[in-house]
Amino acid sequence: MQRFLIRCLAAVPGLGVALLPVVVFAADTGAVAPQYRILTFLVFGAIIGLTLYITFWAAKYTHSTAEFYAAGRTVSGLQNGWAIAGDYLSAASFLGIAGLVSLNGYDGFMYSVGFLVAFITVLLVIAEPCRNIGKYTLGDILAFRNNRRTAKTVAAFSTITVSTFYLIAQMVGGGVLVKTLIGIDYEVSVVVVGVLMLSYVVFGGMKATTWVQIVKAALLVLASTLLVFFVWAPYGFSMPAFLTAVVSDEKVIGRVAKLLGDSASNMTPAQLGQRFLEPGLLLKDPLDQLSLGMALVLGTAGLPHILMRFFTVPTAQAARKSVIWAMIIIGGFYVLTLFLGLGAAINVGAAKISAFDKGGNMAAPLLAQFVGGGADSILGNLFLAFVAAVAFATIVAVVAGLVLASASAMAHDIYVGVIRGDHATPEEQVRAARISALIVGVVSIGLGIMAKGQNVAHLVGLAFAVAASSNLPAVVMTLYWKRCNTGGVVLGMVVGAVTAIGLVMVSPNMTYPLEKIAAANNVLQEDQALLTTALAPARQAEMSKNIEKLSKEISAAQDELKKYEGQTTSLVGLQAPIFMMKNPGIVSIPAGFLCVIIGSLLFRDKRAEEMWDELYVRQNTGLQAESSASH
Amino acid sequence: MADQKINWAAIDNDPEFQELHRKKTRFLWTLMVISMIYYFMLPIMAAYFPELFKIKVWGPMNVGLLFALSEFAVAGAIAVIYAQRANQEFDTMAREIISRAHRLKG
Repeated sequence: MQRFLIRCLAAVPGLGVALLPVVVFAADTGAVAPQYRILTFLVFGAIIGLTLYITFWAAKYTHSTAEFYAAGRTVSGLQNGWAIAGDYLSAASFLGIAGLVSLNGYDGFMYSVGFLVAFITVLLVIAEPCRNIGKYTLGDILAFRNNRRTAKTVAAFSTITVSTFYLIAQMVGGGVLVKTLIGIDYEVSVVVVGVLMLSYVVFGGMKATTWVQIVKAALLVLASTLLVFFVWAPYGFSMPAFLTAVVSDEKVIGRVAKLLGDSASNMTPAQLGQRFLEPGLLLKDPLDQLSLGMALVLGTAGLPHILMRFFTVPTAQAARKSVIWAMIIIGGFYVLTLFLGLGAAINVGAAKISAFDKGGNMAAPLLAQFVGGGADSILGNLFLAFVAAVAFATIVAVVAGLVLASASAMAHDIYVGVIRGDHATPEEQVRAARISALIVGVVSIGLGIMAKGQNVAHLVGLAFAVAASSNLPAVVMTLYWKRCNTGGVVLGMVVGAVTAIGLVMVSPNMTYPLEKIAAANNVLQEDQALLTTALAPARQAEMSKNIEKLSKEISAAQDELKKYEGQTTSLVGLQAPIFMMKNPGIVSIPAGFLCVIIGSLLFRDKRAEEMWDELYVRQNTGLQAESSASH
Repeated sequence: MADQKINWAAIDNDPEFQELHRKKTRFLWTLMVISMIYYFMLPIMAAYFPELFKIKVWGPMNVGLLFALSEFAVAGAIAVIYAQRANQEFDTMAREIISRAHRLKG
C-alpha cells in the first residue's frame, strides 16, 4: 500500500508538467504579460516542486493515526507557530487586506486588527486546555465528558460546515486570483489547486501539511518584507516622510474625492489626502463592525483547522509557545500590509488596482511589478511572478489544512467514533482518513467549479460567525463550566450554527433582484440623459472620454437587467433583506452561549458532572495528556 | 491505561490545585476582559469619536493610526504577560501537583 502511494506521488510532478502546455495555451488575459509568463511558471514550478518533495519525505513517516492527524505530536512550538500563521494567513488576508488599504486607507487597516486580537482568545482560553484534553479533533474535546456519539456527530457536522464555507471561499477566490494574475482558466486552476492539496494531505497527512504551511508562511513574510523594504527605502525609512508622500499623492487625493463624492467639493487637496488616513471611507455601520469584530475575535478560536494544530505539539507549554510565535508572525505581517497597501496606493494607484480587480486583490502583485521596474522589465515581472506564486502556495496550503480538518471529522469522529464505536484497527483508521481526505477533496473541487462566478466573499465571514456561535460556546462551556453537558452542547451548537446561517440568508449579503433592477434602471436613466448632452455636436470633443465611460456603464446596466429579468426574490424567497447586518455574530454568538446554558440546565447528565473533576484537573495540569509518538 | 489509578476528585480538592485554579481563573479572565475592551474601543471610537482620531500628532500620523498600531502592541504585551506568568508560576505549581498525584498513586 505504502509503496503504491509513493509511486503515485512520484507521478504527480509529471502530471503538473503535463498540465503546463494546456495552461499556457488557455492563457489570454492576466496581469503578467504573455512573454513573461514562462518566468511565472518557473517560479510556480519551483515552489510546487519543493512542496511535493516535502510531501514525498513526509509520506515515509506517515503510518499511524497520530502521525496522519497530528504529525506524531513532534512539531515544536516555533514550527507550529509558523504553521498556524501559514494556516491563518489566507489569500484573503495577504492580498485582500493590502487591497483594502490601497483602496480605502485607514479602514482597511482597522479591519486587520481583529484578525490578530483573535489569537488572544486562542492563547488564553483554548490552546493549552485543548492540547491537554484533546486527541485529533474538535469532536474529541467535546466527547470527553459528554455522550461520545452525540457529541462527535454534532462536532463533525459543525467542523465540516465551517470548513466547507471557508473552503469554497478559498477555492473560488484562488481560481479568480490565478486567472487575474496569469490568465489560467478558472476550472483548470481549481483542479490544479485541488490535486496538489490532495497529494499533500492524502500522502503526507499532517506532517506534509504542516511543512507546506511553514514554507508558505516563510515565503509570504519574505515577499512582504522585500516589498516593504523597496517601498519604504526611498523615504529613508521615515514614517512621517512616507505618510507625507501618501497624503500628498495625486492618485490618493483623487481616490478619496471619488469615494466621498459630492461632499468632497468643499475640501482642499491637502484635506482630501489626509482623509485617506482617517476612518469612515469603507466601514459605515458601527454595529455591523462590532458584529464582525465579535465573529473574528471569538471565531478564530473555534476554527477546526486552527484547533487541530494544537494536537501536533508535544505539550501544553509548546502549544502556548506556538501561539506566541504565531502572534509575532501574524502581527508583524499585518503591520507590513499597512505599508503594502499605502505603497500600492501611491505607486500603482487605486484606479489601476480596481481595474484588474474591484476588491483590490491585485494591489500587492501590482506593487511587486512596479517595485521591480514596471510592467516591461524582467525584474518587475520576476517579482510579480514570485508574489503570484506565493499567493498560489497560500491558497493550496490553506485548503490543505481545511481538507485535513474535514477529513479527520469524517474519518475519526463519524466513521471510527460513531459508526465503528471506536473499534477499528490502526491500519483501518489511517485508510479511513486517507479515503475521507480524497472524498472531501474531490467534493471541494466540484463545489469550487460549481460556485464559479458566485459572490463568495461573505462566506469567510460566515465561517468565522458559525465557528464563533457554534464551536466556541460548546468548547468554552465544556472546558470551564461544571454543569455543561451533552444537551447543552447539542442545543448550543445547533442553534448557534442555524442562527448564524439563517441570519445571513435573510441579510443584505444575498442578492435581491428587485434592488439590482432598480439600481440598473437608475443608472440607465441618469446615464442616458448625460449621454444625450455629451453627444451634442458642440461638446462631443471635450466629452469624448465621458462618452466611452457612459456607454460602458449603460451596457453593464443592461446586462444586469437581462440577468435579473423576471426575478423578484432572493434565494430564500425574499424581496428585501429582513436582517440588516452583514455579519450575524452579535446575535448568533450570544444565542449559541445561551442555548448551551439552557440545554445543560434542561437535560441533566450524570456522566458529564462526574467527569468534571478529571477534565478540570487534566486541562490545568496536563496529566495523562496524549504523549508524542516515539519511534 | 492507568486512568483508574488517579483520584481526580482528590486532586481537585487539593488546596494547592484550588489555589492554582483560583489564580489562573482570575488572571486569565482579567486579561481577556482587558484585551476585549481595548480591541472594541477601536471600532467604537472610529465610529463615534472620529474627530479625536483625526488629530495629527507626528506629521500626517494621527491619533487613529497610532491607536490602531497600539492594538498590536497591546495584544503583544498581553500575550507576553500571560506567557511569563504561566511559564514561571502556573507551570511550576502544576508540576508539583502532578508529582504529588504520582506519589499518591504509588
